[in-house]
Amino acid sequence: MTLTDDSRTGAQLICEALLREGVEIMFGIPGGAIMPFYHAMWEYRTQLRHVLCRHEQGAGHAAEGYARTTGRAGVCIGTSGPGATNLVTPIADAWMDSTPLIAITGQVSSAALGTDAFQETDITGITVPITKHNYLVQRAEDIPYVIKEAFHLARTGRPGPVLIDITKDAQQARTVPRWDQPLRLPRHKSARVLDRGAVERALTLLAGAKRPLIMAGNGVIQAGAAAELRALAERTGIPVITTLHGKGAFPESHELSLGMSGMHGWVHVNRAIQECDVLFNIGGRFDDRVTGKVSTFAPRAQIIHADIDFTEIGKVVPTSVGICADARATLACMLELAPAGNHAAWLSRIRDNQREHEPHQAYRRRPNTPTLMPHDVFASLDRSFHRHSGYRVVTDVGQHQMWAAQLIEWGRPRSHITSGGSGTMGFSIPAALGAALAFPGETIWVIVGDGGFQMTNQEIATMVQEDVRNVKIAVINNGYLGMVRQWQELFEGARYSGTKLTGPDIALLAEAYGVRGIKVERPDDADKAIEAAWAHDGPVVIDFRVEREANVFPIVPAGKSIGEMMVTATASA
Amino acid sequence: MRGARKVARGHTIVALLQDHPGVLHRAVSLLRRRGYNIASLAVGRSEVEGVSRMTLVVEQEDVEQVVKQLNRLVEVLQVDDVTHDPTIEREVVLVKVAAGGNMQSIVSVALGYSATIADVGMGTMLLELSGSPAKVEGFLERLSPFGILEATRTGRIAMVRGRATHSAAELVSDLVASTPAPQSPEQWLSQADGINGTN
Ligand SMILES: Cc1ncc(C[n+]2csc(CCOP(=O)(O)OP(=O)(O)O)c2C)c(N)n1
Ligand SMILES: [Mg+2]
Repeated sequence: MTLTDDSRTGAQLICEALLREGVEIMFGIPGGAIMPFYHAMWEYRTQLRHVLCRHEQGAGHAAEGYARTTGRAGVCIGTSGPGATNLVTPIADAWMDSTPLIAITGQVSSAALGTDAFQETDITGITVPITKHNYLVQRAEDIPYVIKEAFHLARTGRPGPVLIDITKDAQQARTVPRWDQPLRLPRHKSARVLDRGAVERALTLLAGAKRPLIMAGNGVIQAGAAAELRALAERTGIPVITTLHGKGAFPESHELSLGMSGMHGWVHVNRAIQECDVLFNIGGRFDDRVTGKVSTFAPRAQIIHADIDFTEIGKVVPTSVGICADARATLACMLELAPAGNHAAWLSRIRDNQREHEPHQAYRRRPNTPTLMPHDVFASLDRSFHRHSGYRVVTDVGQHQMWAAQLIEWGRPRSHITSGGSGTMGFSIPAALGAALAFPGETIWVIVGDGGFQMTNQEIATMVQEDVRNVKIAVINNGYLGMVRQWQELFEGARYSGTKLTGPDIALLAEAYGVRGIKVERPDDADKAIEAAWAHDGPVVIDFRVEREANVFPIVPAGKSIGEMMVTATASA
Repeated sequence: MRGARKVARGHTIVALLQDHPGVLHRAVSLLRRRGYNIASLAVGRSEVEGVSRMTLVVEQEDVEQVVKQLNRLVEVLQVDDVTHDPTIEREVVLVKVAAGGNMQSIVSVALGYSATIADVGMGTMLLELSGSPAKVEGFLERLSPFGILEATRTGRIAMVRGRATHSAAELVSDLVASTPAPQSPEQWLSQADGINGTN
């Protein structure tokens, strides 16, 4: 092959391919096997921003935070070996939560593959079960096509992670790129054509229902179908419940909104599921945190399940009507055909249920104590979210995550970001970094436990280096791995094995990073601290020293029916 | 022991795969993660270059979900559980038996099964048989009293009778040659409206 002026190194081709896919930012850490790419990206730095993270896990979650808030594919980078394995957790997280993520890893030179060369890890082998697809690229000329296909796969159909492992020699080799190669993928992997017959059958079922429910999941948000969902609910009068990831798909202030179902869902919501005669799940996957014991889930209901991924339909619960399509296409078609309806009697039955249970909802109120309760913090945060606009919230994993889901009123798609399927502690701070860079004009709040905070708080240093000013971190500091402690208290005779947790003085640590730190110990100080954080031009970390042994209620014990909810340590609803 | 060998029960799955490195790993990984045992696996070229054909036998009651997940893999062109279809199933076995004074009896077993005598060595005889899995099982059972020294089987291959049901050529011509236009960030965001709706 004769090399002309059009020739590029493989590393340059990575940059150009990323630009062609509309990438503007990527998160990563360099190392030996990925150095040629870093060398090349310097030339493209004005268009292609690189954010140096403090840990590849942080880079991966940052890319996820970017992806989850924008709907675009997030890009993260690591070197071979430990760099690549550090990306495994965010890749698994993106897989479980259907987040479009591109992970680019360097690999040892092709001649050294399989020799246990320095920092050689079989990352394509490791990530087979947690990626939509992955590639081991050994030739520079393959880079343009592979990157194009990878982005296509990551963001179409059910989005998800795709890993591209590129050997060092492929990054270094020069070639004349071909950008015009069309994608060649099996037809059935591409978007499916909506089956209108299935939609009609679904509408017939719904029209005949006396007690129908709509359950909205992540798919509604991913498809940008919140407006269609609202229109359908209003047209048909069918009440709407959401999953954890469905939060934001339907405004919780709406009269048809019932709230969240599942392990920590509200009692009246889980009861409604147990009573309904048709359950229309749009864009959710009947996770076990949603269904509880499957054999007792929605025992009176015929199930309509709309999901973009055909493997989900019928996977968990027997389905009367399955619709395999994008949530927006499904809902738009329904809106074309659905007659107006009204379910006032059913809705008032649910509301009566809710009112009847109200006196038993001690868990929604703060107890009479001078101690700072988690509830005080969440009430303050919720008040501040009603006062301000232009914000998104990223929560971590644990008790605080469930309180945030329960006690804050959610309304907007892509404003509630959390790690659901994987439940990855340490997700929130780096994910907020990605969200903050995607939306510099908004305020990104983090709600994190002291356990999760101590897993990935080093990304605060990244925020400082990148001059990210719009992140506010609320640490719900209870001195425990609280959610596990709660299970130990409720189900294991309060044997707090391995759950008591100490930590640094978080406010001081924040100051050491060069950001503002505030400590809050009294209920009366919560509002003030939160307002100060909103007002401060720069990252703020608030250390909320809360009651150590507060619990999240209701809770469906693992393996139990969602009809059996504990509302206190001793009482069930 | 007689009758101890049974024809593997379970499901026969036929799949057409793009002939790429790693594709087998991806497919098999879906069974491995569930702890399923693969009774047999036979892979080779199909009638079209670039497309491999695989026959997989899994001893499992219910394979519906795993077949769907196989179908979801990017490089899987087609996959079906053909257990209940009318199929022709074949296996090839090479078997080496101890042959001394009993040579004549071994030859008569071989003749009875229309097996080929592929090689005769010092005190050994190497037989080759192609047939249905049941026939192969029966053959091995008949030989076992002579003393089987080695046996190797290809694993089952299967084809549905009658019209073409797994034609690689058709699938390859069906590969979508679509080039989605590259999108600017603005296009992408405006397309996904609702993403940034305000409170
Ligand atoms: C990486 C990881 N390790 C362990 C767990 C198991 N786990 C789930 S919740 C939890 C406790 C979280 O503690 P903390 O961050 O302090 O939040 P809290 O529950 O106290 O609000 C643990 C350890 C997990 N989800 N993720
Ligand atoms: Mg804690």
